[in-house]
Amino acid sequence: MSHNFQKDISGCGLIGIINKDGKRISGGFICKSLCLMNDRGNGLGAGYAAYGIYPEYKDFYAFHIMYDELGAKTDTEEYLKKNYQIEKKEPIPTAPVEGIAIHPILWRYFVKPLPEKAERETAWLPDDDFVVRTVMKINSEIDGAYVFSSGKNMGAFKGVGMPSEIARFFRLEEYEGYIWTGHTRFPTNTPGWWGGAHPFTLLDWSIVHNGEISSYGINKRYLEMYGYKLTLLTDTEVVTYLFDLMVRKHGLDASTACTALAAPFWKNIDDMPEDEKAAMTALRMVYGSALMNGPFSILFGHSKGLVGFNDRIKLRPLVAATKGKTVYMASEESAIREICSSPDKVWAPRAGEPVIVELETGKGQ
Amino acid sequence: MFRSLAVPEFLAKIDQVKCIRCKRCIQNCGWSVYSWGGDKVLIDTFKCVKCLRCYHYCPEEAITIEDNPVKYRSNANWGFYQIRNIKKQAETGGIPLTGMGSDMPYPVLFDNLLIDACQVTNPSIDPLREPMELRTYLGKKPAKLEFEKVAGGKPKLKTKMPPQIKLEMPFIFAPMSYGSISLNAQKTLAIAAKELGIVMNTGEGGLHEDIYPYRSNIIVQVASGRFGVNPDYLNAGVAVEIKIGQGAKPGIGGHLPGEKIPLDIAKTRMIPVGTDAISPAPQHDIYSIEDLRQLIFAIKEATNYTKPVSVKIAAVHNVAAIASGIVRAGADIVYIDGFRGGTGAAPVIIRDHLGIPIEYALAAVDERLRQEGIRNEASIIAAGGIRSCADAAKAIALGADAVALGTSALITMGCTVCGKCYTGNCSWGITTQRPELTVRLDPEVYAERLINLIHAWSHELKEILGALGVNAIESLRGSRERLRGVGLDGQTLDLLGVKPAGR
Ligand code: SF4
Ligand code: SF4
Repeated sequence: MSHNFQKDISGCGLIGIINKDGKRISGGFICKSLCLMNDRGNGLGAGYAAYGIYPEYKDFYAFHIMYDELGAKTDTEEYLKKNYQIEKKEPIPTAPVEGIAIHPILWRYFVKPLPEKAERETAWLPDDDFVVRTVMKINSEIDGAYVFSSGKNMGAFKGVGMPSEIARFFRLEEYEGYIWTGHTRFPTNTPGWWGGAHPFTLLDWSIVHNGEISSYGINKRYLEMYGYKLTLLTDTEVVTYLFDLMVRKHGLDASTACTALAAPFWKNIDDMPEDEKAAMTALRMVYGSALMNGPFSILFGHSKGLVGFNDRIKLRPLVAATKGKTVYMASEESAIREICSSPDKVWAPRAGEPVIVELETGKGQ
Repeated sequence: MFRSLAVPEFLAKIDQVKCIRCKRCIQNCGWSVYSWGGDKVLIDTFKCVKCLRCYHYCPEEAITIEDNPVKYRSNANWGFYQIRNIKKQAETGGIPLTGMGSDMPYPVLFDNLLIDACQVTNPSIDPLREPMELRTYLGKKPAKLEFEKVAGGKPKLKTKMPPQIKLEMPFIFAPMSYGSISLNAQKTLAIAAKELGIVMNTGEGGLHEDIYPYRSNIIVQVASGRFGVNPDYLNAGVAVEIKIGQGAKPGIGGHLPGEKIPLDIAKTRMIPVGTDAISPAPQHDIYSIEDLRQLIFAIKEATNYTKPVSVKIAAVHNVAAIASGIVRAGADIVYIDGFRGGTGAAPVIIRDHLGIPIEYALAAVDERLRQEGIRNEASIIAAGGIRSCADAAKAIALGADAVALGTSALITMGCTVCGKCYTGNCSWGITTQRPELTVRLDPEVYAERLINLIHAWSHELKEILGALGVNAIESLRGSRERLRGVGLDGQTLDLLGVKPAGR
């Protein structure tokens, strides 16, 4: 692989860190790494997702919500109160930062769907589905309210600013997580908006994404058929929802889901042994509309692991490295070396081949 | 005989100086326009249909076929054909027939749609350097898959997949029966389909034994006449299609007169020689969607659930609801034939005034099936007026899995869309059974042209995908985001699910 550390000025930068042993580290690390890739962003969006940061509330869904104005907050809280047991609510702690003059109202809630049927509008849904529905509802029906994240023991912190500004603004050094992902953004096709920064999340899925999805149109219509409401001004939310559909609803494992999203070419499938060929052919037939076409590298985080992968012809960079029980994935090797100067192993995953890292059993919960 | 007062449409002219009296034009014209006058070729221009066979076969370029400059006095309301049809009807008392798709100037929405392309932020892909995939499977797809992990970590499929038609490119040949077209024309389609890895469709005329070798590239059709239908026939191809209607003549049947039923056609259709082959307007065992369901499952039983069943309908006003019913009735494929679709013979009045164009129908059906969450239950074939790869790409972006080509395939065999197929005199040997005409169509020779056409369209489609920055056809399918409308009103855009250009 190439060891020249030249910068390629385009798109976005991303970084992910996972400690397989569940050891929690401060947000300071990831921020340092991401800041090295400032060229990959233009100050119009940066964000982080962290897993393991709310151990004392680990049984509650942690809602990070941004509001444009207080009315949206009132409406949202009214809905939450009716349907959820709210264990705790508080403003998300922030610090004044020079580069961030204005910001939305930011609150977090630790909640559980109410079990009593009367209070819950659609009581027959399992908790996760009900939370998904709540997120869709708030995002699409309450003007000026937008859910940053809704998973357990995790959270998304994002906004309009450079990575270091966003990290300082959200006081990320005070959080400790066993998985961190970060993203700096060079938006071209969607305006800089706090909700539009990465990561995009749903339940405990989080996605950071470098690239543009040229198949957005059909991916979106495919998801809509399953009741997802795509309300955002960016195409990355389709990635989040596709994972949700395939992994949580359809029960595919992460690697199979990645294979469907960045499917092997027919010419390779045709040469596979019979069983594999049948599996891959069916996967492409059934999930053709979920195929993500166009340039991308993606980090997909969830409470038990981290997956990194590329589009089927690797039009965007992705590098991975390991050091002990820690795995790093980033747009650039230099971003990894910035926080891990001598990794045990460094490699560039091949097009469409996911790097799947799972926590050791029993860790990180 | 009373001389027709219907003004001839065309004037056939021979330059007597250039003419070498070889009489080829006399031989070639299926409509007997030319005859030998002892020292020169005589012309009965009333019979000329401008199929241009003579023009192409005259060695001296002595022939010109002009549109008759003599028209009725111009009148914005009473057009030439309105007056002419009345005169013809006054002479015959009959229903004027026609062939091919409607030639009326109804708007063609394909011409108001433009396709996106990549610039900078999402790179385009060069189809000459990178793989570009057109492979398409037609049939019912389960909503989700189940796998089991086997040793080595490779997923093994647990879900049983319903039968599919595999196409190397998203094109198929539209159903055209033996009877409406010649056996040589059918053979041409079959040879090309096999070579290309796509399929042709027998139409409703049964399956001639000469076509049997191409069975893995054939869809067999069951229509209201039930010609040639038996268990072998149903199992002969890769799929079975139930024909409910045809875009050029929705709601009406077909009638092949006894004179056009020689032994070979009679055998293929399994009817006596010389009897009229009548396809009733409805199928007499289908008077409701429940009846259709029964037929679908009767066919599935007869084929042991190994073949997808397609249902072909004409695009009519309520097509979305009808298609949804068809899918719920168990069809694996819905074939929608638009208003501009071709025909071997149809009353002008029906062809030109009944049904709706494919663009509207396709958009409505794809959207409805998605709203109902059953789009995966069936594939959609769009037909009726696909004139180019651009039309095909736009139809796919609107939601079609594949498009069917009828007229465009015939054009590669020499057809000039003269629209006189119903006469059975096609000079190109396509829509005729006259042996002296059909021998002209050498299947091997013309299959090559047809293959060329589909290859050309496939290359064009790959270029379009590359410009869109995607490398598989499924990323274009239903991706209306990649279409923009020009010169369309808000309601039409809304119906098509397409944004206006500039947005
Ligand atoms: S084919 Fe041409 S050259 Fe021959 S007889 Fe006819 S008009 Fe004359
Ligand atoms: S098939 Fe023959 S008769 Fe029919 S339009 Fe074409 S050239 Fe004319």
